[in-house]
Amino acid sequence: MATGTVGPSDGMRAHLSAFLFRHRLLKLAALLGAPAGWFVVIYLGTLFLLFATAFWHLDAFTGLVVKRFSLANFQTIAHDPVYRTIILRTLGIALAVTLTDIVLAFPLSYYAARQAPARARNAVLIAVVLPLWANYLVRIFAWRLILSPGGLLVWLFEKIGVHWSIGYSNVAVWITFSYLWLPYVVLPMYAALERVPGSLLEASSDLGARGWKTFRSVVFPLIVPGIVAGSIFAFSLTLGDYIVVQLVGNSRFIGNVIYDNVGVASNVPFAAAFALMPVAIMSIYLFIAWRLGAFEAL
Amino acid sequence: MCGVPSLEADLSDVEPVPPTPAVRLEGVVKRFGDVVAVDRIDLDVREGEFFSMLGPSGSGKTTCLRMIAGFESPTAGRIALGGRYVTGLAPYEREVNTVFQDYALFPHMTVAENVGYGLMVRKVPRADRRRQVADALEMVRLPEFGERRPAQLSGGQRQRVALARALVMRPKVLLLDEPLGALDLKLRQAMQIELKEIQEEVSLTFIYVTHDQEEALTMSDRLAVFNRGRIEQVGSPAEVYERPATGFVAGFVGVSNVLEGEAAAAVAGDPHPFTIRPEKIEMHELDAAVDGDSCSATGHVREVVYLGATTRYIVELDAGASLVVMQQNLATSSMEALQVRGKAVRLIWRRSNNRPVEAPAGALEGSMDQEEAQAS
Ligand SMILES: Nc1ncnc2c1ncn2[C@@H]1O[C@H](COP(=O)(O)OP(=O)(O)OP(=O)(O)O)[C@@H](O)[C@H]1O
Ligand SMILES: [Mg+2]
Repeated sequence: MATGTVGPSDGMRAHLSAFLFRHRLLKLAALLGAPAGWFVVIYLGTLFLLFATAFWHLDAFTGLVVKRFSLANFQTIAHDPVYRTIILRTLGIALAVTLTDIVLAFPLSYYAARQAPARARNAVLIAVVLPLWANYLVRIFAWRLILSPGGLLVWLFEKIGVHWSIGYSNVAVWITFSYLWLPYVVLPMYAALERVPGSLLEASSDLGARGWKTFRSVVFPLIVPGIVAGSIFAFSLTLGDYIVVQLVGNSRFIGNVIYDNVGVASNVPFAAAFALMPVAIMSIYLFIAWRLGAFEAL
Repeated sequence: MCGVPSLEADLSDVEPVPPTPAVRLEGVVKRFGDVVAVDRIDLDVREGEFFSMLGPSGSGKTTCLRMIAGFESPTAGRIALGGRYVTGLAPYEREVNTVFQDYALFPHMTVAENVGYGLMVRKVPRADRRRQVADALEMVRLPEFGERRPAQLSGGQRQRVALARALVMRPKVLLLDEPLGALDLKLRQAMQIELKEIQEEVSLTFIYVTHDQEEALTMSDRLAVFNRGRIEQVGSPAEVYERPATGFVAGFVGVSNVLEGEAAAAVAGDPHPFTIRPEKIEMHELDAAVDGDSCSATGHVREVVYLGATTRYIVELDAGASLVVMQQNLATSSMEALQVRGKAVRLIWRRSNNRPVEAPAGALEGSMDQEEAQAS
């Protein structure tokens, strides 16, 4: 027989693959079942719990959680100017960090992706990723040593006759965050830039466009998804962090309020309500990015 | 005495001033590290002609084109466009446009935006731009496709958009790098005709890179045959085909036989190497009569390749060497053709079809293999 080489198990397998081919949904389910289940239970589940908890509140006299629907936490957030200031401060620093990282990341990733010979490219990429191998706390402490009063930077400033200390300030927080998240912005931007075919740049130049015009009309639109991806990292990581602020800053950010309420104050419902603030801010951010067409070139 | 100056003046009046070439390469060299991609090329491309650059892979055609466009700068030599040296100028400062081999359409723009890109850069007003884009799309027979994205087009349609995007700029010279390379045979042939029509319609200078000799022969006014970074011959298709200057050209532009040394002496009475085209040779019975104007050689048929309209025979000559013979299948069936294998035959051709050449046959072997690969 011509089919003599096809054993029974091969036949079964062929049947199965033909069956799966005809039932694409089933194939998709088999492929994505486990990760999707994990996503629904762990991720969406906790998000839902967070959401539910935010509408409970703490009884001021007994110190117990009252598991009844109320908007008390949100009223506090809306009416207490301290919280509004903290949210705006966090938002402002997060935007500043995101912009700074984009501006710093572009030349680095452009050089690595489009101009550097292979060895220089690897050197740049390793230099960008290398800090991620060191402990996060160690890196923050390094900046604390550099920026704090009596630290390296102040000493350098004094050498050139400038008396200015930026230790324990929002500027120090901004610098430290920008440093910490830079790799997360460089990598997606590098990937996006590397995917732009060189012939598109040549075609643009061939049609009369100089460097700047080519960048604006061809390169930039094609790497916007990469920029947005990087900015989501920088923005959301800043919104959620509280350790940097504790170590190099002197004011409170969203993360600190949540941390304090979970820990010292034991007001978990308020912490949950406050934690919804970055979620809301991120949703608005993504919505704006989507409306601006940031994901069209994906 | 006084007649001499006036005679000179007369002469300069009578002698036509040679027209400025659209493109001129003077001693152009391009090295990439140790690789010499283009090796001292001199070339004039005339205004309004369809000029092809033909040659095997790696012979320097693309590099040459890229230097004309301005994407590479020559290691040595000069390049002039319309009588103006442009050697150091950037691509956006040259009045040439390129149709890229991979089309290089901007994926985030519609077809109309792609075609209008160069006009937008030139700051042509919007209304003018729209009209010119519509005209250009009309010319490449895609009038309805303006709103589509490149990803929604077939390969042939993308190629035409790339062509429209370059044509709309009204360049002095259009550079095309194997623009039909990715297309299937049918579409390729249709596009060849369209391209040629468009070129005649707008009377632009086309410089067309290809490694397909048939394409170069059918479309060009003149062509240059490249080999290892040098030009072996420049001429009209008929000149290049009928009177190949070197063994390489003879082999690359259609299959050609080269006989040299003893075999040449035995067949033609002179050891100087010459070429003879396979289709010029007739195959006869051993006892066929030979007149004085003809060459003749006897041998055995070693190989028969039936190709439909024609049959290709490889005949092992008794004098050494072998000849490829191409015969029309006027009354021959495939069975009959195949039965000839192993038979002793006499080959006869007119002596006037022999073309003396200079090159060693070594260069020829490779290109015959390539030709074989293309045919199969
Ligand atoms: N950027 C480059 N760096 C190094 N070598 C190169 C480069 N571009 C071309 N070469 C070399 O130069 C030679 C000529 O290349 P070119 O691309 O001009 O050939 P071609 O005639 O266009 O061939 P094909 O028909 O395959 O496209 C080749 O040996 C190639 O390897
Ligand atoms: Mg090429």
